[in-house]
Amino acid sequence: MHSFSITLQYIFTGIAVGSIYAMVALGFNIIYNCTGIINFAQGEFVMLGGMFMITLTTTWKLPSLVAFPIAVALVVLVGVGFERIAIHPLKSPSVLVLIMITIAGSILIKGVAMFAWGKEPCYLPHFSSETPINFLGATILPQNLWILGCLAAVVIVLAWFFNRTLVGKAMRACAHNRDAARLVGINVKQMVTLSFALSAAIGAVAGIVITPIILMDYQRGAMLALKGFGAAILGGLGSGPGAVVAGLLIGVLESLGAGYISSHYKDAIALVVLLGVLFIRPAGLLGSAEIQRLKKF
Amino acid sequence: MKKHVPLALFVVIVMGLPVLLKNPYYIGALVFVGIYSLITISLSLVLGYAGQISLGHAAFYGIGAYTSGLLTTRWHVSPWFALACSMVITGILAYAIGKPVLKLRGHYLAMATLGLGEIVYIFFNSAVDLTAGPSGFGQIPRLAIGGLVFKDDIRFYYLVWFTVAVLLALVLNIINSRIGRALRSIHGSETAANAMGVNTASYKIQIFVFSAVISAVAGGYYAHFVTFISPTTFDANTSILLVTMVIVGGMSNVWGAVLGAALLGTLPEYLRRFGDYDILVYGAIMMVIMMFAPGGLVSLAGLVKQKFVGNLSREPAA
Repeated sequence: MHSFSITLQYIFTGIAVGSIYAMVALGFNIIYNCTGIINFAQGEFVMLGGMFMITLTTTWKLPSLVAFPIAVALVVLVGVGFERIAIHPLKSPSVLVLIMITIAGSILIKGVAMFAWGKEPCYLPHFSSETPINFLGATILPQNLWILGCLAAVVIVLAWFFNRTLVGKAMRACAHNRDAARLVGINVKQMVTLSFALSAAIGAVAGIVITPIILMDYQRGAMLALKGFGAAILGGLGSGPGAVVAGLLIGVLESLGAGYISSHYKDAIALVVLLGVLFIRPAGLLGSAEIQRLKKF
Repeated sequence: MKKHVPLALFVVIVMGLPVLLKNPYYIGALVFVGIYSLITISLSLVLGYAGQISLGHAAFYGIGAYTSGLLTTRWHVSPWFALACSMVITGILAYAIGKPVLKLRGHYLAMATLGLGEIVYIFFNSAVDLTAGPSGFGQIPRLAIGGLVFKDDIRFYYLVWFTVAVLLALVLNIINSRIGRALRSIHGSETAANAMGVNTASYKIQIFVFSAVISAVAGGYYAHFVTFISPTTFDANTSILLVTMVIVGGMSNVWGAVLGAALLGTLPEYLRRFGDYDILVYGAIMMVIMMFAPGGLVSLAGLVKQKFVGNLSREPAA
């Protein structure tokens, strides 16, 4: 293979994984915008999406097209349940309390998943054929196209939701100023629950499409969440377009780094990017420093 | 004199426990509680007093353990000197890391420290030539003073808890000093503390490095006690466990840190019959404490006491 093709191959792989990071980052952003909370259980939504899909298609033998929305709905239920039980009742909690509660939530979800699905990685068949498609000497798995398609769909739906629907606009109002939003009659608490639902749904979609490629086990969520958070920070916390661009970028960097530098340190690359951004430009690539300051960090 | 009473009481209890607990198995468990206590006491200064979240302390614990373990097994350095080296190296690393990291706040700080911990964990796993990778390495020599080798649980028990007592005395002094007041002012409001002339950046880094160095001691003790180390002991779960211990006990109280280490450190023993279910119990405890008593168990005792004392003082008026 030419070195060009090899590089292209790494980039294709990176874009596929990066799409997942982008979706995780979008999930972080939606909850963050609405509540100021970083949900440390975001990775568990991804893991649950994959796991539910596996059970629905292999044990219950449902066709993928039916199982997909059911799996997403189940994860949404978990997300909403978590918010209602653990976060809704709190009165003005501190950042530390919120961090520890979402970590506790992630531990609980992980524990339940370990019992439901065991410790071994679970397998999900590819959505369509597993024959790679040739492109300029590099190959693309059809599943990678599915991943990219899902990211595009998620982005389009979110853009429509936040710009064209009344509920979406209400959520944006909450992100701008919660008190003002309450004054004009928006039920802020409801919007918070909705943000968890939306974020869980996106996480579930990411988990479902990535599972055929990476397999899924109960611990898989944590690392995906950390890298997704890296993407959210790189893109500027709270910025939708930033999350997508940064997610893809981190995916590609990681893939190139694994190929050309060291596959051992593959996981460290996203973390180094995360730290670098935090140290040098905490507002991220597309974020505004002004807004960051207003968000009181 | 009165302020020394709790510490004296603590020493008496620690000395007496092995006499009461004849079963050597429990002594072994208490050694680990002691090792955890070293970290949680120093972490409570960072978390509870200075109000800075660190989800990466397992990294310092691990760096301490690996430095001490590697120096003694590979280069045959004497264990005590290796332990001192691990303190110095961890201290320098903590300073280099703390300098940029401690500028961050809230969620950013939490994620940055979590990321740093993860990078160190990846390094332990991947630098196979140096660290022997995921399988770890053993035959780490034991600590000894003259002819006295700390080879059985009971000897190590006294060594660890003696260190804990010394650390407690030191930390209780720090808390009641100018530094302690400065740290609490940072927790209250960093901006206000700065305005009052407290050099917050300097205090934060000092206390961060201090707690990292103590964690390195704990790591060194771990390495020389278990005589085998592998990366999983120092992963993100350990960092989270350490923070949970501090919070469950009560983060703005050093005694809470010891209490938390004692409760959660021995939890696996009670939960043995639950088997793998322990992760659920552990998550549930963490969530319930955070939701209903964010001040930790120590604060519960305080609430009860307050109520009791409050009732007493109100009675004469009625």
